Amino acid sequence: MKAWTALLAGVLFGLGLTLAGMTQPAVVLGFLDLAGAWNPRLVFVMAGAVVTTAIGYRWVWRGQRPWLDASFQLPAVRRIDGRLLLGAALFGIGWGIAGYCPGPALASLGAGLAPVFLLVAMMVLGWWLAARLPDRNADANEVKP
Amino acid sequence: MHPWLLSAIGGVLIGLSAVLLMGALGRIAGISGIAGGLVVGAGDRAWRIAFIVGLVAGPWLLQWWQGDSGIGLPQVRWPWMALAGLLVGFGTRLGGGCTSGHGVCGIARLSPRSLLATAVFVATSMATAFVMRHMLGGAGA
Repeated sequence: MKAWTALLAGVLFGLGLTLAGMTQPAVVLGFLDLAGAWNPRLVFVMAGAVVTTAIGYRWVWRGQRPWLDASFQLPAVRRIDGRLLLGAALFGIGWGIAGYCPGPALASLGAGLAPVFLLVAMMVLGWWLAARLPDRNADANEVKP
Repeated sequence: MHPWLLSAIGGVLIGLSAVLLMGALGRIAGISGIAGGLVVGAGDRAWRIAFIVGLVAGPWLLQWWQGDSGIGLPQVRWPWMALAGLLVGFGTRLGGGCTSGHGVCGIARLSPRSLLATAVFVATSMATAFVMRHMLGGAGA
C-alpha cells in the first residue's frame, strides 16, 4: 500500500513537472536568464506548489500520524552552516548550466535522450561522492512538526 | 491554455503530490532525498523506487494522452551536461535538498534552512545562466 501510494505521488509529481514546463530546459534557462528574454513561468510553478503544500501540510499534520506509517519524518536539523550554503551554491551552478534540477532530470529519462542519461549518471555519482563526506547532520529526523 | 496557467496547474499537482506523500507516508517530497537515499543505502527502498517509477511514468502518460510528452531537448553539449549533473548531485546531497525538498516542501514548512538554501541556489543559478549565455556566448548550445 505504501509503495502504491508513493507510485501515485510520483505520477502526480511527474505530470505536474511536465505540465509546468520544468522538463523543458529551454523554459527553465529562460527563467534563470534574467538578462535574456525573461520567462516568468517558474514563478507560477513555485507559487502553485508552495501554496498547495503549505495548506495541505497543515491539514495532514492535524492527524497524530500519517495514514500508512508510524510517524511524520521531518528534518530536525536547524543548523545553518557552510555545508548548507556550499551545497546550495554548487547545486545552483549545476542547475544554471544545463537547466535540470533532480526531479526534471529523472522525469526526462523516459524520453531516452543520451545526454540526459549522462547527466543523471553524473548526478548519481555526485550523490554518492557527497555521501562519502562526514556529516554531523546525518539522518536527523524528528517525529512531529 | 496560457503557459503561465499551465505552470500554476503543474505547481498545484506537485503540491498535491507532496501533501499525499506527507499525509500517507509522513515523508518530504524532496527528489534528491528520495532518489539520493537509494544511492546511499537508506532504508525503505520500495516506496522510493515506486515514487521514481511514477515520476518517469508521468510524462509517458502525457505522451499517451496528448501525443506530446512535454520533455524538451538539452540546451548544452554533453561535457556541460556531465558537469551540471555532478554539481547538481553533489550540491543537493551536501545542502540537504533541491528545488522540491527545500524550494517547495521546506518553504511550505517555513524552514529557515530551506528559505536560505533556496535563495542561494536561485541566486547562483541565475548568475551561472548569465555567465553561460552572455559571457561564454551560449557555451555549448
